[in-house]
Amino acid sequence: MTGGPLGKGENMNAVEFEHVKKQFPRMGYMALDDVNVQINEGEFVTILGSSGCGKTTFIKMINRLYKPDFGHIRLFGKDIQNSNPVLLRRKIGYVIQQVGLFPHMTVAENIATIPRILKWDKTKIENGIEEMLQLVSLDPKEFRDRYPAQLSGGQQQRVGLARALVANPPIMLLDEPFGAIDAINRENLQNEIKRIHAQSRKTYIFVTHDIREALKLGTKVIIMNKGHIIQYASPKEIINNPCDNFVIDLLKTLNIQNNYVIDGAGI
Amino acid sequence: MINYFIKNFDMFGTATLEHLWIVAVTLAISVLLSTVLSYALLRVKYLEDAAIQLFSAIYSIPSLALFALMIPVMGLGNMTAVVVLTLYNQFLLLRNILSGMNSVDKNLLEAATGMGMTNFQVVTRVQLPLAFPTIIAGIRLAIISTTGIATIAACINAGGLGTVLFSGMRTMNVYKIVWGTILCAVIVLIEDLLLKMVERKLRRGAC
Ligand SMILES: Nc1ncnc2c1ncn2[C@@H]1O[C@H](COP(=O)(O)OP(=O)(O)OP(=O)(O)O)[C@@H](O)[C@H]1O
Ligand SMILES: [Mg+2]
Repeated sequence: MTGGPLGKGENMNAVEFEHVKKQFPRMGYMALDDVNVQINEGEFVTILGSSGCGKTTFIKMINRLYKPDFGHIRLFGKDIQNSNPVLLRRKIGYVIQQVGLFPHMTVAENIATIPRILKWDKTKIENGIEEMLQLVSLDPKEFRDRYPAQLSGGQQQRVGLARALVANPPIMLLDEPFGAIDAINRENLQNEIKRIHAQSRKTYIFVTHDIREALKLGTKVIIMNKGHIIQYASPKEIINNPCDNFVIDLLKTLNIQNNYVIDGAGI
Repeated sequence: MINYFIKNFDMFGTATLEHLWIVAVTLAISVLLSTVLSYALLRVKYLEDAAIQLFSAIYSIPSLALFALMIPVMGLGNMTAVVVLTLYNQFLLLRNILSGMNSVDKNLLEAATGMGMTNFQVVTRVQLPLAFPTIIAGIRLAIISTTGIATIAACINAGGLGTVLFSGMRTMNVYKIVWGTILCAVIVLIEDLLLKMVERKLRRGAC
Protein backbone atom coordinates (compact mmCIF):
# COMPACT_ATOMS: atom_id res chain seq x y z
CA MET A 1 0.00 0.00 0.00
CA THR A 2 1.31 3.42 -0.81
CA GLY A 3 0.93 6.35 1.51
CA GLY A 4 -1.27 8.57 -0.59
CA PRO A 5 -3.59 11.02 1.09
CA LEU A 6 -6.54 9.59 2.94
CA GLY A 7 -9.11 11.05 0.61
CA LYS A 8 -9.44 13.01 -2.59
CA GLY A 9 -9.66 16.73 -3.02
CA GLU A 10 -7.55 19.69 -4.02
CA ASN A 11 -6.27 22.30 -1.60
CA MET A 12 -7.66 20.48 1.33
CA ASN A 13 -6.27 20.70 4.79
CA ALA A 14 -4.44 17.60 5.90
CA VAL A 15 -5.87 18.05 9.37
CA GLU A 16 -8.77 20.17 10.47
CA PHE A 17 -10.28 20.59 13.95
CA GLU A 18 -13.65 22.26 14.16
CA HIS A 19 -15.02 23.24 17.58
CA VAL A 20 -13.46 20.17 19.16
CA LYS A 21 -14.06 19.70 22.86
CA LYS A 22 -12.88 16.98 25.16
CA GLN A 23 -13.29 16.63 28.88
CA PHE A 24 -12.14 13.77 31.06
CA PRO A 25 -14.05 12.73 34.16
CA ARG A 26 -13.02 14.47 37.39
CA MET A 27 -11.15 17.26 35.62
CA GLY A 28 -11.68 20.91 36.51
CA TYR A 29 -11.06 22.25 33.00
CA MET A 30 -11.44 20.81 29.52
CA ALA A 31 -8.50 18.92 28.08
CA LEU A 32 -9.43 20.49 24.75
CA ASP A 33 -11.72 23.51 24.85
CA ASP A 34 -13.27 24.50 21.54
CA VAL A 35 -10.20 23.87 19.44
CA ASN A 36 -10.24 25.11 15.86
CA VAL A 37 -7.24 24.64 13.64
CA GLN A 38 -6.38 23.92 10.04
CA ILE A 39 -3.11 22.29 9.09
CA ASN A 40 -1.98 22.30 5.47
CA GLU A 41 -0.52 19.27 3.78
CA GLY A 42 3.28 19.19 4.01
CA GLU A 43 3.41 21.38 7.08
CA PHE A 44 5.64 20.58 10.06
CA VAL A 45 3.54 21.72 12.99
CA THR A 46 5.07 21.76 16.44
CA ILE A 47 2.83 21.88 19.50
CA LEU A 48 4.18 23.67 22.53
CA GLY A 49 2.67 24.01 25.96
CA SER A 50 3.15 23.16 29.59
CA SER A 51 2.41 19.78 31.10
CA GLY A 52 -1.27 18.84 31.12
CA CYS A 53 -2.35 21.48 28.59
CA GLY A 54 -3.78 18.88 26.20
CA LYS A 55 -1.01 18.19 23.70
CA THR A 56 -1.21 14.42 23.91
CA THR A 57 -5.00 14.62 23.90
CA PHE A 58 -4.82 16.65 20.67
CA ILE A 59 -2.63 13.97 19.07
CA LYS A 60 -4.75 11.05 20.24
CA MET A 61 -7.89 12.64 18.85
CA ILE A 62 -6.35 12.50 15.38
CA ASN A 63 -5.82 8.74 15.37
CA ARG A 64 -9.07 8.16 17.24
CA LEU A 65 -7.57 6.84 20.45
CA TYR A 66 -9.78 9.50 22.02
CA LYS A 67 -13.19 10.52 20.79
CA PRO A 68 -14.28 14.17 20.82
CA ASP A 69 -17.20 15.07 23.09
CA PHE A 70 -18.12 17.71 20.57
CA GLY A 71 -17.02 18.94 17.15
CA HIS A 72 -15.44 17.42 14.09
CA ILE A 73 -11.98 16.34 13.02
CA ARG A 74 -11.26 15.99 9.31
CA LEU A 75 -8.25 14.49 7.59
CA PHE A 76 -7.96 15.56 3.97
CA GLY A 77 -11.52 16.79 4.13
CA LYS A 78 -12.99 13.55 5.45
CA ASP A 79 -14.60 13.39 8.87
CA ILE A 80 -12.68 10.67 10.71
CA GLN A 81 -15.78 9.70 12.65
CA ASN A 82 -17.01 8.09 9.44
CA SER A 83 -13.89 6.06 8.73
CA ASN A 84 -12.78 2.70 10.00
CA PRO A 85 -10.45 3.49 12.93
CA VAL A 86 -8.07 0.60 12.24
CA LEU A 87 -7.60 1.48 8.57
CA LEU A 88 -7.31 5.16 9.48
CA ARG A 89 -4.51 4.46 11.98
CA ARG A 90 -2.54 2.42 9.45
CA LYS A 91 -2.16 5.58 7.41
CA ILE A 92 -0.96 7.64 10.34
CA GLY A 93 2.54 7.24 11.73
CA TYR A 94 2.52 7.39 15.52
CA VAL A 95 5.42 7.86 17.91
CA ILE A 96 4.12 7.73 21.47
CA GLN A 97 5.40 9.75 24.39
CA GLN A 98 6.92 6.76 26.21
CA VAL A 99 8.63 5.27 23.11
CA GLY A 100 6.42 2.15 23.25
CA LEU A 101 8.67 -0.35 21.48
CA PHE A 102 7.44 -3.91 21.91
CA PRO A 103 9.92 -5.49 24.34
CA HIS A 104 9.44 -9.04 23.03
CA MET A 105 10.35 -8.08 19.47
CA THR A 106 13.73 -7.22 18.00
CA VAL A 107 14.40 -3.86 16.41
CA ALA A 108 13.69 -5.37 12.98
CA GLU A 109 10.46 -6.97 14.15
CA ASN A 110 9.32 -3.74 15.74
CA ILE A 111 9.87 -1.86 12.52
CA ALA A 112 8.17 -4.63 10.55
CA THR A 113 5.00 -4.49 12.65
CA ILE A 114 2.90 -2.42 10.27
CA PRO A 115 4.40 -3.84 7.06
CA ARG A 116 3.52 -7.34 8.28
CA ILE A 117 -0.02 -6.30 9.08
CA LEU A 118 -0.23 -4.77 5.62
CA LYS A 119 1.08 -8.10 4.26
CA TRP A 120 4.08 -6.72 2.41
CA ASP A 121 6.25 -9.39 0.83
CA LYS A 122 9.47 -10.44 2.53
CA THR A 123 11.96 -8.53 0.41
CA LYS A 124 9.95 -5.34 0.64
CA ILE A 125 9.88 -5.67 4.45
CA GLU A 126 13.61 -6.38 4.61
CA ASN A 127 14.38 -3.39 2.41
CA GLY A 128 12.10 -1.22 4.49
CA ILE A 129 13.86 -2.20 7.73
CA GLU A 130 17.27 -1.56 6.19
CA GLU A 131 16.24 1.77 4.74
CA MET A 132 14.57 3.02 7.92
CA LEU A 133 17.52 2.08 10.15
CA GLN A 134 19.85 3.96 7.84
CA LEU A 135 17.48 6.90 7.83
CA VAL A 136 17.66 7.22 11.62
CA SER A 137 21.43 6.58 11.58
CA LEU A 138 21.51 3.16 13.19
CA ASP A 139 23.76 0.58 11.54
CA PRO A 140 21.39 -2.21 10.42
CA LYS A 141 24.02 -4.91 10.91
CA GLU A 142 24.62 -3.89 14.47
CA PHE A 143 21.09 -3.06 15.59
CA ARG A 144 18.47 -5.01 13.69
CA ASP A 145 18.51 -8.11 15.88
CA ARG A 146 18.77 -6.36 19.23
CA TYR A 147 15.92 -6.17 21.68
CA PRO A 148 14.73 -2.77 22.94
CA ALA A 149 16.19 -3.50 26.38
CA GLN A 150 19.63 -3.63 24.72
CA LEU A 151 19.34 -0.08 23.39
CA SER A 152 19.97 3.29 24.99
CA GLY A 153 17.02 5.64 25.46
CA GLY A 154 18.04 7.67 22.43
CA GLN A 155 18.46 4.60 20.23
CA GLN A 156 15.02 3.39 21.31
CA GLN A 157 13.52 6.69 20.25
CA ARG A 158 15.21 6.39 16.88
CA VAL A 159 13.72 2.94 16.41
CA GLY A 160 10.33 4.28 17.45
CA LEU A 161 10.70 6.90 14.75
CA ALA A 162 11.77 4.30 12.17
CA ARG A 163 8.78 2.13 13.06
CA ALA A 164 6.37 5.00 12.55
CA LEU A 165 7.97 6.09 9.26
CA VAL A 166 8.34 2.75 7.51
CA ALA A 167 4.96 2.67 5.76
CA ASN A 168 5.49 6.25 4.59
CA PRO A 169 2.22 7.55 6.06
CA PRO A 170 0.79 10.86 4.83
CA ILE A 171 0.45 12.07 8.42
CA MET A 172 2.97 11.64 11.23
CA LEU A 173 2.09 12.16 14.87
CA LEU A 174 5.11 12.55 17.13
CA ASP A 175 4.47 12.94 20.84
CA GLU A 176 7.67 14.23 22.43
CA PRO A 177 9.77 11.82 20.41
CA PHE A 178 13.04 13.22 21.74
CA GLY A 179 11.91 13.51 25.34
CA ALA A 180 14.68 11.61 27.09
CA ILE A 181 17.67 12.53 25.00
CA ASP A 182 20.73 14.56 25.86
CA ALA A 183 21.34 17.91 24.19
CA ILE A 184 23.85 16.77 21.56
CA ASN A 185 21.94 13.70 20.39
CA ARG A 186 18.77 15.73 20.47
CA GLU A 187 20.31 18.26 18.16
CA ASN A 188 21.32 15.49 15.75
CA LEU A 189 17.89 13.91 15.81
CA GLN A 190 16.27 17.29 15.26
CA ASN A 191 18.36 17.81 12.16
CA GLU A 192 17.56 14.33 10.95
CA ILE A 193 13.82 14.65 11.38
CA LYS A 194 13.91 18.01 9.66
CA ARG A 195 15.73 16.44 6.74
CA ILE A 196 13.36 13.45 6.64
CA HIS A 197 10.37 15.76 6.60
CA ALA A 198 11.84 17.97 3.91
CA GLN A 199 12.39 14.93 1.68
CA SER A 200 8.94 13.47 2.23
CA ARG A 201 6.72 16.57 2.20
CA LYS A 202 4.30 14.71 4.46
CA THR A 203 2.37 16.40 7.25
CA TYR A 204 4.09 16.22 10.62
CA ILE A 205 2.58 17.07 14.00
CA PHE A 206 5.22 17.18 16.67
CA VAL A 207 4.67 17.72 20.40
CA THR A 208 7.41 19.18 22.54
CA HIS A 209 8.03 20.89 25.87
CA ASP A 210 11.06 22.64 24.50
CA ILE A 211 10.46 26.07 22.99
CA ARG A 212 13.75 26.06 21.10
CA GLU A 213 12.86 22.73 19.54
CA ALA A 214 9.38 24.00 18.65
CA LEU A 215 10.70 27.12 16.94
CA LYS A 216 13.56 25.34 15.21
CA LEU A 217 11.56 22.50 13.71
CA GLY A 218 8.15 23.97 13.07
CA THR A 219 7.03 25.56 9.85
CA LYS A 220 4.10 26.46 12.09
CA VAL A 221 3.82 26.40 15.86
CA ILE A 222 0.75 25.75 17.98
CA ILE A 223 0.95 27.21 21.46
CA MET A 224 -1.45 25.64 23.91
CA ASN A 225 -2.54 26.49 27.41
CA LYS A 226 -5.16 24.66 29.47
CA GLY A 227 -6.95 23.10 26.53
CA HIS A 228 -6.93 26.25 24.38
CA ILE A 229 -4.87 27.06 21.34
CA ILE A 230 -3.39 30.44 22.21
CA GLN A 231 -1.53 31.07 18.99
CA TYR A 232 -1.03 29.22 15.73
CA ALA A 233 1.53 30.87 13.50
CA SER A 234 4.97 30.56 11.94
CA PRO A 235 7.94 30.70 14.34
CA LYS A 236 8.89 34.13 12.99
CA GLU A 237 5.42 35.50 13.58
CA ILE A 238 5.36 34.11 17.10
CA ILE A 239 8.64 35.78 17.98
CA ASN A 240 7.67 39.08 16.36
CA ASN A 241 4.03 39.19 17.37
CA PRO A 242 3.40 37.11 20.46
CA CYS A 243 -0.36 37.33 20.85
CA ASP A 244 -0.67 37.37 24.62
CA ASN A 245 1.16 37.28 27.94
CA PHE A 246 1.40 33.53 28.04
CA VAL A 247 3.36 33.51 24.78
CA ILE A 248 5.49 36.45 25.92
CA ASP A 249 6.35 34.57 29.11
CA LEU A 250 7.28 31.51 27.05
CA LEU A 251 9.56 33.62 24.87
CA LYS A 252 11.21 35.06 27.97
CA THR A 253 12.23 31.56 29.00
CA LEU A 254 13.82 31.24 25.57
CA ASN A 255 15.96 34.30 26.20
CA ILE A 256 17.00 32.96 29.56
CA GLN A 257 17.92 29.66 27.94
CA ASN A 258 19.89 31.43 25.25
CA ASN A 259 21.77 33.57 27.75
CA TYR A 260 22.49 30.51 29.76
CA VAL A 261 23.89 28.73 26.76
CA ILE A 262 26.04 31.71 25.84
CA ASP A 263 27.25 32.18 29.41
CA GLY A 264 27.95 28.49 29.67
CA ALA A 265 30.00 28.51 26.49
CA GLY A 266 32.05 31.38 27.80
CA ILE A 267 33.31 29.54 30.85
CA MET B 1 14.43 -52.68 45.29
CA ILE B 2 15.08 -52.70 41.56
CA ASN B 3 14.09 -56.35 41.46
CA TYR B 4 10.77 -55.54 43.04
CA PHE B 5 10.15 -52.90 40.39
CA ILE B 6 11.03 -55.30 37.55
CA LYS B 7 8.95 -58.12 39.01
CA ASN B 8 5.94 -55.83 39.36
CA PHE B 9 6.57 -53.85 36.22
CA ASP B 10 3.05 -54.48 34.94
CA MET B 11 1.43 -53.04 38.04
CA PHE B 12 3.69 -49.97 38.10
CA GLY B 13 3.36 -49.50 34.36
CA THR B 14 -0.42 -49.63 34.39
CA ALA B 15 -0.62 -47.28 37.37
CA THR B 16 1.74 -44.81 35.72
CA LEU B 17 -0.19 -44.83 32.47
CA GLU B 18 -3.48 -44.38 34.30
CA HIS B 19 -1.94 -41.52 36.22
CA LEU B 20 -0.59 -39.89 33.08
CA TRP B 21 -4.00 -40.22 31.46
CA ILE B 22 -5.74 -38.45 34.34
CA VAL B 23 -3.15 -35.65 34.38
CA ALA B 24 -3.15 -35.19 30.60
CA VAL B 25 -6.93 -35.11 30.24
CA THR B 26 -7.24 -32.82 33.25
CA LEU B 27 -4.65 -30.42 31.91
CA ALA B 28 -6.16 -30.30 28.45
CA ILE B 29 -9.62 -29.53 29.80
CA SER B 30 -8.25 -27.14 32.44
CA VAL B 31 -6.27 -25.06 29.98
CA LEU B 32 -9.20 -24.92 27.58
CA LEU B 33 -11.66 -23.95 30.29
CA SER B 34 -9.39 -21.34 31.84
CA THR B 35 -8.74 -19.83 28.41
CA VAL B 36 -12.45 -19.44 27.78
CA LEU B 37 -13.05 -18.13 31.31
CA SER B 38 -10.25 -15.59 31.17
CA TYR B 39 -11.33 -14.44 27.73
CA ALA B 40 -14.74 -13.70 29.21
CA LEU B 41 -13.37 -12.21 32.43
CA LEU B 42 -11.01 -9.84 30.60
CA ARG B 43 -14.12 -8.45 28.93
CA VAL B 44 -16.25 -8.30 32.06
CA LYS B 45 -13.62 -6.85 34.36
CA TYR B 46 -15.77 -6.44 37.44
CA LEU B 47 -16.29 -10.20 37.70
CA GLU B 48 -12.55 -10.89 37.78
CA ASP B 49 -12.08 -10.60 41.53
CA ALA B 50 -15.25 -12.53 42.28
CA ALA B 51 -14.17 -15.39 40.01
CA ILE B 52 -10.68 -15.56 41.50
CA GLN B 53 -12.17 -15.57 44.99
CA LEU B 54 -14.59 -18.35 44.09
CA PHE B 55 -11.86 -20.56 42.67
CA SER B 56 -9.49 -19.83 45.52
CA ALA B 57 -12.24 -20.94 47.91
CA ILE B 58 -12.61 -24.16 45.95
CA TYR B 59 -8.84 -24.58 45.89
CA SER B 60 -8.75 -24.40 49.68
CA ILE B 61 -11.15 -27.35 50.13
CA PRO B 62 -9.10 -30.43 51.11
CA SER B 63 -8.98 -32.78 48.13
CA LEU B 64 -10.21 -35.80 50.07
CA ALA B 65 -13.31 -33.83 51.07
CA LEU B 66 -13.97 -32.57 47.55
CA PHE B 67 -13.62 -36.08 46.08
CA ALA B 68 -16.04 -37.36 48.69
CA LEU B 69 -18.46 -34.53 47.98
CA MET B 70 -18.47 -35.36 44.27
CA ILE B 71 -19.28 -39.04 44.72
CA PRO B 72 -23.05 -38.50 45.16
CA VAL B 73 -23.05 -36.24 42.11
CA MET B 74 -20.83 -38.12 39.69
CA GLY B 75 -20.17 -41.48 41.28
CA LEU B 76 -16.76 -43.14 41.48
CA GLY B 77 -14.13 -43.32 38.78
CA ASN B 78 -11.55 -41.32 36.93
CA MET B 79 -13.97 -38.87 35.30
CA THR B 80 -14.94 -37.61 38.73
CA ALA B 81 -11.24 -37.18 39.45
CA VAL B 82 -10.79 -35.20 36.25
CA VAL B 83 -13.63 -32.86 37.18
CA VAL B 84 -12.30 -32.21 40.68
CA LEU B 85 -8.74 -31.68 39.46
CA THR B 86 -9.96 -29.33 36.74
CA LEU B 87 -11.76 -27.29 39.36
CA TYR B 88 -8.59 -27.03 41.42
CA ASN B 89 -6.55 -25.97 38.42
CA GLN B 90 -8.83 -23.09 37.59
CA PHE B 91 -7.47 -21.11 40.50
CA LEU B 92 -3.83 -21.61 39.51
CA LEU B 93 -4.43 -21.03 35.81
CA LEU B 94 -6.88 -18.14 35.99
CA ARG B 95 -4.84 -16.26 38.52
CA ASN B 96 -1.73 -16.45 36.34
CA ILE B 97 -3.44 -15.81 33.02
CA LEU B 98 -5.30 -12.77 34.33
CA SER B 99 -2.38 -11.28 36.19
CA GLY B 100 -0.14 -11.91 33.19
CA MET B 101 -2.54 -10.24 30.79
CA ASN B 102 -3.32 -7.36 33.13
CA SER B 103 0.30 -6.62 33.92
CA VAL B 104 1.11 -5.74 30.32
CA ASP B 105 1.77 -1.99 30.15
CA LYS B 106 -1.44 -0.21 29.10
CA ASN B 107 0.59 2.37 27.17
CA LEU B 108 2.07 -0.40 25.08
CA LEU B 109 -1.37 -1.75 24.23
CA GLU B 110 -2.52 1.74 23.36
CA ALA B 111 0.54 2.19 21.15
CA ALA B 112 -0.30 -1.06 19.36
CA THR B 113 -3.87 0.09 18.81
CA GLY B 114 -2.69 3.52 17.71
CA MET B 115 -0.40 1.97 15.11
CA GLY B 116 -3.36 0.25 13.49
CA MET B 117 -3.64 -3.20 15.03
CA THR B 118 -7.09 -4.71 15.41
CA ASN B 119 -8.13 -5.74 18.92
CA PHE B 120 -7.37 -9.34 17.99
CA GLN B 121 -3.89 -8.41 16.75
CA VAL B 122 -3.19 -6.41 19.91
CA VAL B 123 -4.03 -9.48 22.00
CA THR B 124 -2.24 -12.09 19.89
CA ARG B 125 0.83 -10.08 18.88
CA VAL B 126 1.48 -8.00 21.96
CA GLN B 127 -0.52 -8.90 25.05
CA LEU B 128 -0.33 -12.71 24.89
CA PRO B 129 3.38 -12.95 24.06
CA LEU B 130 4.20 -10.59 26.92
CA ALA B 131 1.95 -12.50 29.35
CA PHE B 132 3.32 -15.81 28.09
CA PRO B 133 5.96 -16.47 30.79
CA THR B 134 3.42 -15.88 33.56
CA ILE B 135 0.87 -18.13 31.86
CA ILE B 136 3.44 -20.92 31.38
CA ALA B 137 4.38 -20.61 35.06
CA GLY B 138 0.71 -21.15 35.91
CA ILE B 139 0.53 -24.25 33.73
CA ARG B 140 3.68 -25.60 35.34
CA LEU B 141 2.12 -25.15 38.78
CA ALA B 142 -1.03 -26.86 37.57
CA ILE B 143 0.97 -29.85 36.31
CA ILE B 144 2.71 -30.32 39.64
CA SER B 145 -0.46 -29.83 41.63
CA THR B 146 -2.51 -32.16 39.42
CA THR B 147 0.07 -34.92 39.50
CA GLY B 148 0.19 -34.73 43.29
CA ILE B 149 -3.50 -34.46 44.03
CA ALA B 150 -4.33 -37.16 41.45
CA THR B 151 -2.80 -39.72 43.84
CA ILE B 152 -5.57 -38.94 46.33
CA ALA B 153 -8.09 -39.72 43.59
CA ALA B 154 -7.29 -43.42 44.09
CA CYS B 155 -9.73 -43.28 47.00
CA ILE B 156 -12.59 -42.85 44.53
CA ASN B 157 -11.33 -45.66 42.31
CA ALA B 158 -9.76 -43.39 39.75
CA GLY B 159 -6.70 -45.63 39.46
CA GLY B 160 -3.22 -44.26 38.95
CA LEU B 161 -0.18 -44.19 41.21
CA GLY B 162 -2.37 -43.39 44.21
CA THR B 163 -3.59 -46.99 44.10
CA VAL B 164 -0.03 -48.22 44.51
CA LEU B 165 0.68 -45.74 47.30
CA PHE B 166 -2.50 -46.51 49.25
CA SER B 167 -1.99 -50.25 48.92
CA GLY B 168 1.61 -49.82 50.02
CA MET B 169 0.43 -47.94 53.09
CA ARG B 170 -2.19 -50.56 53.93
CA THR B 171 0.21 -53.46 53.64
CA MET B 172 3.22 -51.60 55.02
CA ASN B 173 5.06 -52.25 51.74
CA VAL B 174 7.89 -49.72 51.60
CA TYR B 175 8.82 -50.65 48.02
CA LYS B 176 5.42 -49.67 46.73
CA ILE B 177 5.50 -46.36 48.57
CA VAL B 178 9.01 -45.44 47.43
CA TRP B 179 8.48 -46.49 43.80
CA GLY B 180 5.09 -44.79 43.69
CA THR B 181 6.69 -41.56 44.86
CA ILE B 182 9.59 -41.82 42.44
CA LEU B 183 7.22 -42.43 39.52
CA CYS B 184 5.18 -39.35 40.51
CA ALA B 185 8.33 -37.26 40.38
CA VAL B 186 9.30 -38.80 37.03
CA ILE B 187 5.87 -37.93 35.64
CA VAL B 188 6.28 -34.30 36.72
CA LEU B 189 9.70 -34.20 35.08
CA ILE B 190 8.43 -35.66 31.83
CA GLU B 191 5.49 -33.28 31.73
CA ASP B 192 7.76 -30.36 32.48
CA LEU B 193 9.97 -31.37 29.59
CA LEU B 194 6.98 -31.63 27.27
CA LEU B 195 5.82 -28.21 28.44
CA LYS B 196 9.22 -26.72 27.68
CA MET B 197 9.07 -28.13 24.17
CA VAL B 198 5.60 -26.72 23.60
CA GLU B 199 6.76 -23.40 25.04
CA ARG B 200 9.69 -23.21 22.66
CA LYS B 201 7.50 -24.08 19.66
CA LEU B 202 4.92 -21.48 20.57
CA ARG B 203 7.53 -18.82 21.17
CA ARG B 204 9.10 -19.45 17.80
CA GLY B 205 5.68 -19.40 16.16
CA ALA B 206 4.78 -16.10 17.78
CA CYS B 207 7.68 -14.07 16.40
N1 LIG C 1 -7.14 9.02 29.65
C1 LIG C 1 -7.31 10.08 30.46
N2 LIG C 1 -8.17 10.00 31.50
C2 LIG C 1 -8.36 11.05 32.32
N3 LIG C 1 -7.73 12.23 32.20
C3 LIG C 1 -6.86 12.37 31.18
C4 LIG C 1 -6.60 11.30 30.27
N4 LIG C 1 -5.68 11.73 29.37
C5 LIG C 1 -5.39 13.00 29.71
N5 LIG C 1 -6.09 13.39 30.79
C6 LIG C 1 -6.04 14.72 31.41
O1 LIG C 1 -6.19 15.69 30.40
C7 LIG C 1 -5.29 16.77 30.57
C8 LIG C 1 -4.45 16.93 29.35
O2 LIG C 1 -3.61 15.78 29.25
P1 LIG C 1 -2.56 15.58 28.10
O3 LIG C 1 -2.01 14.21 28.26
O4 LIG C 1 -3.17 15.90 26.81
O5 LIG C 1 -1.47 16.65 28.49
P2 LIG C 1 -0.09 16.98 27.78
O6 LIG C 1 -0.18 18.37 27.30
O7 LIG C 1 0.25 15.93 26.80
O8 LIG C 1 0.91 16.93 29.01
P3 LIG C 1 2.43 16.40 29.06
O9 LIG C 1 3.26 17.49 28.51
O10 LIG C 1 2.66 16.21 30.51
O11 LIG C 1 2.50 15.13 28.29
C9 LIG C 1 -4.50 16.47 31.84
O12 LIG C 1 -5.04 17.19 32.89
C10 LIG C 1 -4.69 14.98 32.04
O13 LIG C 1 -4.70 14.67 33.42
MG1 LIG D 1 1.69 14.44 26.68
